[in-house]
Amino acid sequence: MIDILLDATVRAGTPILFATLGALISERAGIINLGIEGLMLIGALAGFSAAHGCGSLSVGLLAAFVAAMAAGAIHALICVQLRGNQIVSGLALTMFGIGITALFGRGMVGLTIDGFSRIAIPGLSRLPLVGKAFFDQDALIYLSFLLVAVIWLFFYRTRWGLNLRTAGENPAAADTCGVPVERYRFLAVSVGSGIVGLGGAYLSMAYTPMWIENMSAGRGWIAVALVIFACWSSPRAMLGAYLFGGITALQLRMQAMGTEISAHILQMLPYIGTILVLVVSTLRLQKGAGQQPESLGLPYDREDRK
Amino acid sequence: MSLPRFRTERRELNAPLLRFLAPLLSVLVALFVAGFLLLAAGVDPAAAYLEIFRESVGSIYGLSETLVKATPLIFAGLGVSLAFRMQIWNIGAEGQIYIGAMAASGVALFSGIENHLLMLTCMLVAAFICGGLWAGVAGLLRVRWQVNEVIVTLLMNYIAILWTDYLLFGAWKDPKGFNFPLSAQFSDAARLGDYFNTRLHSGFFLALFCALLLYLLMERTVWGFEIKAIGSNPQAAQYAGMKTGPAIVLVLFLSGALAALAGFSEVAGLQHRLIHGISPGYGYTAIIIAWLARRSALGVVVVSFLMGILLVGGDSLQLTWQLPIAFIYAFQGLILFFLLAADFFLQYRIRRVAGGDA
Repeated sequence: MIDILLDATVRAGTPILFATLGALISERAGIINLGIEGLMLIGALAGFSAAHGCGSLSVGLLAAFVAAMAAGAIHALICVQLRGNQIVSGLALTMFGIGITALFGRGMVGLTIDGFSRIAIPGLSRLPLVGKAFFDQDALIYLSFLLVAVIWLFFYRTRWGLNLRTAGENPAAADTCGVPVERYRFLAVSVGSGIVGLGGAYLSMAYTPMWIENMSAGRGWIAVALVIFACWSSPRAMLGAYLFGGITALQLRMQAMGTEISAHILQMLPYIGTILVLVVSTLRLQKGAGQQPESLGLPYDREDRK
Repeated sequence: MSLPRFRTERRELNAPLLRFLAPLLSVLVALFVAGFLLLAAGVDPAAAYLEIFRESVGSIYGLSETLVKATPLIFAGLGVSLAFRMQIWNIGAEGQIYIGAMAASGVALFSGIENHLLMLTCMLVAAFICGGLWAGVAGLLRVRWQVNEVIVTLLMNYIAILWTDYLLFGAWKDPKGFNFPLSAQFSDAARLGDYFNTRLHSGFFLALFCALLLYLLMERTVWGFEIKAIGSNPQAAQYAGMKTGPAIVLVLFLSGALAALAGFSEVAGLQHRLIHGISPGYGYTAIIIAWLARRSALGVVVVSFLMGILLVGGDSLQLTWQLPIAFIYAFQGLILFFLLAADFFLQYRIRRVAGGDA
């Protein structure tokens, strides 16, 4: 029972994990990205239609990444080069994503593909409790594990990662040291958006393997809140994403077992949970448990350098 | 290497006319770009645009439908723009509309009041207070613990919509409704009057009245001055002795209350019952409206009318071309992108710098 629930937790948490990681990279560079919800949909549709058209899941995955990256580049251009309002631009990106996927997804409704299937890792997958949940999963879930590690190593063990973090903390100082702030910020938002797209692809190519209009259903917004819970660190993002995967899995399980509680009330749980978690993590931040990137949300203009 | 390099420079440009033309220009450019999207989706953009125009403003009936759509948009747009004035982001107008619709419907269905005026007043007040409290939660969290109000107001949308569905699929479901998620019909006492044999109802005039009231409040009272002062420089406002905390909570309360009036006006004026999906995204469109209107209350009325045209046209495109109505969002997203870009060029000029380091 617990191993089944844990397995469902990881599967429900993975799209949120990709989305949180993508949002986190962008915020590390100082740019808020409220377009996550729209980017997930763009990734989901691009991935699904490419996989359906070419009959190849890898092509689908690539398409999801590239399409979401291209859409994210619009947000990057507006926030970084044009110094526009990051909140408004992010909302615009979400609306754009919802709209354009509804338009181009018309022909995809009702089609199916053979989604990613499970690959058991010999030995490890037999471990009690955690074996099935972590070592008998599809390739995308393994990719998410890898990303968590790679992103952490990138931020804390490479010069580029340091530069990127500095661009988000103190762009003027970074600029003085010769770090091309605009380039770092632009790339962080774009590549981060591509990773968010993979989260969308997980929904349409592994979780439900099909395209449904507006299928991200608020997961993008949960991811935006989880970045704060995660204190902008990728391993903690994993924890947060599985926390929400757990709530979703539990909620679905209760519905399947035919509980007295209304499905509508159960579906509220992830959103209520997110607000609670947001309040608690904001309080923790104020008590000094980590800090948000100092220049988060502020456009950088070299002319304003003091 | 002497590749041409470009540098951006701030410019001192004080052109209020341009500032108000920029939104219009963004709409036009967005129309142009959206045309290519339509083309790619197999729809002839010229025919589609002509149809939008004809259906929305081409006849008296079309015009009345446009005003019907503009009504909830004005209420919600006013709410969002009031919060924007203070640099507070109320992304929760959608949920606040649902809360307002629920509160007004609760009164209409269960209070048993028979007096027309009293019934409508109670419905309006219930919507106003419940919507205000709903948004006020985000305000309290923001002031007390600095919790990000963007995320809280947004997530509360999902909760409000699920709550409405919980009632409509359960306790409030009309026994005579063939199992559709609808409440019972309101009594005549709970209905706003409509005019000229169209669906235009007095909610529209109430919306205009609210816009005027908000305009006077912002431009002619000390309170309005304080809101604007806090919005443009919270620290300076605090030094000047203004209490920012209570002001934020109050502004979010009023912002949510105004948006909730959209819910009241939809159930009392248009549907005469609570239905599933009472707002198909008016609260999100309201964000665009507030930004395009440059946060001015009277601007909200004008932009709401424009968006009403788009929604009426969108409905018609859905019928004739099977275009999903959500396509309107793509268009609205584009408008915002172009307006943000236009604002950059109002503030900066790009200069070519001869080779070497910029």
